[in-house]
Amino acid sequence: MNYKINEQGFYGDFGGAFIPEMLYHNVNELKENYLQIIESDDFQEEFKDLLKEYVGRPTPLYFAKRLSEKYNTNVFLKREDLNHTGAHKINNTIGQILLAKRMNKKRIIAETGAGQHGVATATVCALMNLKCIIYMGEIDIKRQAPNVARMKMLGAEVRPATSGSKTLKDATNEAIRDWIANPEDTYYLIGSVVGPHPYPDMVARFQSIISEEMKSQLMAKTGRDYPDKIIACVGGGSNAAGAFYHYIDNEKVELIAVEADGLGIETDKTAATTQVGTEGIIHGSKTLLMQNSEGQITEPHSISAGLDYPGVGPLHAHLFKSGRGTFIGATDKEALTAAYQLTKLEGIIPALESSHALAALDKIECNSTENIVINLSGRGDKDMETYIRMMQ
Amino acid sequence: MKRLKNTFNTKSDILNIYVTAGFPSLNDTITIVEELAKNGVDMIEIGMPFSDPLADGPTIQNSSQVAIKNGITLELIFNQIKEIRKTVDIPIILMGYYNQVLQYGADAFFEKAKAVGVDGFIIPDLPLDVYENAHQQKVKSLELDMIFLITPQTTDERIRLIDSKSSGFLYIVSSFAITGSKSEIQQSQIDYFKRINGLSLTNPKLIGFGISDKKTFNTACQHAEGAIIGSAFIKALEGRKDIKQTVEKFICSVKSTQ
Repeated sequence: MNYKINEQGFYGDFGGAFIPEMLYHNVNELKENYLQIIESDDFQEEFKDLLKEYVGRPTPLYFAKRLSEKYNTNVFLKREDLNHTGAHKINNTIGQILLAKRMNKKRIIAETGAGQHGVATATVCALMNLKCIIYMGEIDIKRQAPNVARMKMLGAEVRPATSGSKTLKDATNEAIRDWIANPEDTYYLIGSVVGPHPYPDMVARFQSIISEEMKSQLMAKTGRDYPDKIIACVGGGSNAAGAFYHYIDNEKVELIAVEADGLGIETDKTAATTQVGTEGIIHGSKTLLMQNSEGQITEPHSISAGLDYPGVGPLHAHLFKSGRGTFIGATDKEALTAAYQLTKLEGIIPALESSHALAALDKIECNSTENIVINLSGRGDKDMETYIRMMQ
Repeated sequence: MKRLKNTFNTKSDILNIYVTAGFPSLNDTITIVEELAKNGVDMIEIGMPFSDPLADGPTIQNSSQVAIKNGITLELIFNQIKEIRKTVDIPIILMGYYNQVLQYGADAFFEKAKAVGVDGFIIPDLPLDVYENAHQQKVKSLELDMIFLITPQTTDERIRLIDSKSSGFLYIVSSFAITGSKSEIQQSQIDYFKRINGLSLTNPKLIGFGISDKKTFNTACQHAEGAIIGSAFIKALEGRKDIKQTVEKFICSVKSTQ
């Protein structure tokens, strides 16, 4: 089985670029240029330098002793939460902003749900002195006020998406429309492994630094450059794509993707796309998505805004359909329990998204000889209000 | 296929009006289309409401949301068109998004559309190569037309390619914009229309996006066989109960010779 993207931008049955003609020129320009630019020596040098000096990489691969004892196994946490701006999102925004600069784009637009990608985008725009416009659902603006303030402080303009359900998917629609209306000077900086080709592949490449570092870190700590299992949460799927990337062809490594079950997949309040979704097209990509029989895209639910997306990246749809990935889910409640547990056992407050990955420990078989890596994609500062409210 | 061909062979300054199916009320579409035809509109584009219409602006998206809330479905749209065809003989184009077609089942969708009297389709997010590989044979065998878009950024080479895959007409997107955004036609747009006309394409052309009134319609007609009005008409319908009068008044304002 081939898990790499093909020339047409497909992972198996999924991917492609299902876009209106108005986007053809922009997407094609990107498709024609991205590999050549990001594989060039000067790009890689600047990218790696910024990841080290500005983002703070490599992030530690931390052996979580007390958590390991509790589950009678060996759990390593890949500490993406220690990145500048508090999550893995910045790996991608650093990469794309360097690409945008090399393509002479002057104006950056992005969509954001919880605001993490918006903050990471506003951050790199401040760093590079580029104009930054962030589209965010009107409802999300209200529930993520601190991140809205951070983006504004960083110099970004936050534009509310007032159409549709006024959340992430609508913010994405608005960003795409902005790009249609401003095709010449504008770069659309997508935050996950979603959207038309080449975005899913490009974002996965920028996030692949996560598994690249894991290889040498595991070698040093365990004498073997691969673990038995890697666990990562999946909304759109960028942190999972990065954590899986260098192990996708190594069948000895079990790739465990954890989706947000929300209130449970038997309810309509869920974001577990592979469980309740069907094949279709969302945001220019053929993938699995939550929709009704008419093809209308339905609203997801998760306590974690970062997983609250009705689709999943085409790579993950392929990993699911081919059976290469193990897809499980964690409910809102299970994620909260896992977050409180990690905080008490290890003194680390995880993001709600990452808590879904942690919750998998209660759902999988593991033993004392195994090495498990959990991608701790972000820190919990942004979720404190929820954690405090739900503590009772 | 025949209806579209006849229309372009026999008429000039073609006025194509876009209507969102199921808007403003679920069953208004039949009345609206009948009235449009009575008032001399040459062609109808019926929008299949979609939750995430990337190529449309806020006016059409809002009307789509209303229609979805009203309970519109593809099956209802087909029934409405069947009803419309009892009295209306001008070309009817279905406009919608590829996901809707896929969920219905593409072959079944094209067959059903043919059976109720649809003449062609505009599916903006259907890539040219996917159409060619997966659907062209079916669409052609049913003698239906597939209409593709051209934008100011489309290169001459690509315009020729699109022209070779299209039938019915070419949809000339007038500017860098989503539907319903601009109100005046600029010189740069006219240069772009002239560039397209210089290519001697096989298909006739209709200009859409930013065509909202008599003035923009007339300008568009100087550079193409006609034009498409969408958002401006939907705006006129918003919140209206007196459908017949609203349609008559709107079409009069565009077509009157004064």
